Amino acid sequence: MADDGREESLGTDDDSDQTGADGSLNNTMVEEGSTLMRRMEICVAEAEKRSGKNAVSMQETYTVYLIETRPMDAVAEGRNPAPDCLWRRYSEFELLRNYLIVTYPYIVVPPLPEKRAEFVWHKLSADNMDPDFVERRRVGLENFLLRVASHPVLSNDKILYYFLTEEHGWKEAVYETGFQAKADSRLRALSATFRVRNPDKCFMEMKHYSDELQSHTSQLLRARAMLRCEAYCLYLCAHPCIHCSEWSAIEKEMGDGLQSAGHHMDAYAASIDDILEEEEHYADQLKEYLFYAEALRAVCRKHELTQFELEMASQDLISKKQQREELATGIVRTFSLKGMTNKLFGQEAPEQREARLKLLEDLIAEGEETVKEKTIERAEHVEKAWVDIQRFKEQKDKDLREALINYAVMQISMCKKGIQVWSNAKECFLKM
Amino acid sequence: MSISAPRGLASSGQKPITEILHPLSAAEEPLSPGPDVTVSGGRDKEVGLTNGTPVETPSPASASVLFNRLHLDDDLDPDTRDPYADTETHDLFVTVDDPKKHVSTMETYITYRVSTKTSRIEFDLPEYSVRRRYQDFDWLRTKLEDSQPTHLIPPLPEKFVMKGVVDRFSEEFVETRMKALDKFLKRIADHPVLSFNPHLNAFLSAKDLNKRQGLALLTKVGESVKSVAGGYKLRVRPPEFCALGEYLDTFNQKLGTIDRIAQRILKEQSEYLTELREYGTVYASWAGSEEELQRPLEGMAGCVTTCCGALEDMSENMSQDFLPVLREYILYIESMKNVLRKRDQSQAEYEGRLEAAVLRKQEDRTPIPAEVEKCQDKMECFNADLKADWERWQSNKRQDFKQLLTGMADKNVTYYEKCQAAWESLITVLQDKQTEDKTSCKSLWEIQQ
Repeated sequence: MADDGREESLGTDDDSDQTGADGSLNNTMVEEGSTLMRRMEICVAEAEKRSGKNAVSMQETYTVYLIETRPMDAVAEGRNPAPDCLWRRYSEFELLRNYLIVTYPYIVVPPLPEKRAEFVWHKLSADNMDPDFVERRRVGLENFLLRVASHPVLSNDKILYYFLTEEHGWKEAVYETGFQAKADSRLRALSATFRVRNPDKCFMEMKHYSDELQSHTSQLLRARAMLRCEAYCLYLCAHPCIHCSEWSAIEKEMGDGLQSAGHHMDAYAASIDDILEEEEHYADQLKEYLFYAEALRAVCRKHELTQFELEMASQDLISKKQQREELATGIVRTFSLKGMTNKLFGQEAPEQREARLKLLEDLIAEGEETVKEKTIERAEHVEKAWVDIQRFKEQKDKDLREALINYAVMQISMCKKGIQVWSNAKECFLKM
Repeated sequence: MSISAPRGLASSGQKPITEILHPLSAAEEPLSPGPDVTVSGGRDKEVGLTNGTPVETPSPASASVLFNRLHLDDDLDPDTRDPYADTETHDLFVTVDDPKKHVSTMETYITYRVSTKTSRIEFDLPEYSVRRRYQDFDWLRTKLEDSQPTHLIPPLPEKFVMKGVVDRFSEEFVETRMKALDKFLKRIADHPVLSFNPHLNAFLSAKDLNKRQGLALLTKVGESVKSVAGGYKLRVRPPEFCALGEYLDTFNQKLGTIDRIAQRILKEQSEYLTELREYGTVYASWAGSEEELQRPLEGMAGCVTTCCGALEDMSENMSQDFLPVLREYILYIESMKNVLRKRDQSQAEYEGRLEAAVLRKQEDRTPIPAEVEKCQDKMECFNADLKADWERWQSNKRQDFKQLLTGMADKNVTYYEKCQAAWESLITVLQDKQTEDKTSCKSLWEIQQ
């Protein structure tokens, strides 16, 4: 587990400034004992289009991302060695994440950026090959790596290390871990959700919270997309003043004033695109937590599963013990077919009874082992998961607060721009 | 400009105007208070001034114009100001306010209070307060158009509104209409010629507008207008009026575009407002499920609400101030085109008659009849009036739009300032907690030491 070291966290504080383009990485990247982060500087530097044959031998175009790593001590010393780098495509990131989810079911695993652009207000930006989308995805993938690499538990994983350092042979290594076999079947998980009797209350609250978080972030993203659509129309559907330049042509006295005001408006309209682009960053932060909610819920469901399995095992043990008691004492407490047939056809021979009893004893011993295992499994999961959930909560509060602050800062700069443009325009009007 | 003045006109202000026989004036003309006009003969004119008495024949109040123009031409005193300059003596103030609903068995309608304050001698009293309804304003405008066809009469707000689409009695509609009526009267009151029109006087002062006489006049007017038309075709418009006509067309087009855009902006703004409100409520409901983030999220919701309020104010301004002015100028253009057409007709008539007379003169030496000279004068009065009004209109327009646009700029600045203030106060709320956290963390660590 992560070692506790306040000094280390102070040291790693500096890591934040070399992280990627978007400011989100400055949040909670620095965890105590984040071993990988301390050792390596990681970034997703570029994106490139490639063509190749896919699994079913069909030609396809896809994007690959360049991952660069550098030893941290070199950076700290001021040396600037060439980074080690390799190319990975999105599906490989997905594979890594799936591996992590299965291997660490008590961890709220950081999400990947969305596979396809959603919550778009402009049809054109729904294209996966769109350069803006690719760029934002690059940033999102870097963010993912940094979050994973600074996680107290996940950062120690060997497969993660190979992902960052071994271009070839990584896939084989992942498959060799056999994680796919360990994955819980969907059906089993779903069944557990419905049939579990005594899930931990805190976890149920968490699950409920994850639903709320998901619903709110998605509502917000949708509302924002609508707003952007409107704002775009508003600004660019040519404020009356933008037509000032045209109008100015036919005016003698008012001409100059109108024209210069018109120029200001034109410049303002042109800058709207940049402003709206900045806002996209806020949407990305919201999206991250939208997907995080899913990860949180997965941990809660895992708890339900372990609890359910424990309940099943306990139930099974109890019923077996009951059977043994019945056999031993001959008293039939509950209705059973054996009991009925006994009554009808007479009791069985003592040797048979002995054999059956022996079998039951073995089964009971097995069952007790199982119950022990499941109890441990459940308890471990509860303990570890709870730790990570607390960590996640703190991270979420900090990140979202900062996101809100950045959003407000952006709004303020938009207002300032607006004030400036209109004050300039007013100057022009006064000279009319 | 060349005015072939009738021989009776003096070239300087020696003869009082009453003695100058203008070929076109039937009734005596009111004087316009040009700075250099001697008003000595003015008092005699009082007899002729009407205070409810209808004018017999439509006649351009052009004698005074001509007189002043001549005066200007002769008098090279640089201090002489154009009587149409902005700094005229303001001695007639009118206001329209206080709308009231009247319900009768036959109909429901709104009346407005029209208050007048004046020091003019043409009025019996220095102050008046009467109630008028839209119909009365319409009557006034028609009278003005007929009695002063060479002048630009300001437009009225639209007469017809589709019942069921627009509520004629809604506060907003009444307010907008009242402002437009107020503007209408003010423009007339500021006009050096129109403000002396007897119909205006009646409108402002009479207890009961006697409209029946107006009707009779209307029919007379109809006849005389027809006699003017006479099927003459204009050949060439003088260049300044060509420019005027072209400007009107282009300006009309531009205004139409701007009006459409402004309407669209209003619609988009209201849709944006709806979305923005929705956006705010999402933050508020999210705050409900959070602990640490509750205050920040509530802060966001509050901030967004403030911005909504600010946007609402700005939209209101757009629809209440900006659009009506655009509307007024669009309406103005129609009437201006009409006046321009009438001017063209009078020129056509003059040229037609002149041509005919010249031909006859060539044939049998018949002298050019006085009629032709009458036409010429008429045309030249028309040109002078129209030109003067046109310049005045241009100057007013410039003032109006300057005021309008600077007002709009102000409102926009206010909107952004309000929003900026809201976001800035939110940041302090958001950042407060952070410093709280830092200090509490620190003390915890100290304890651990």
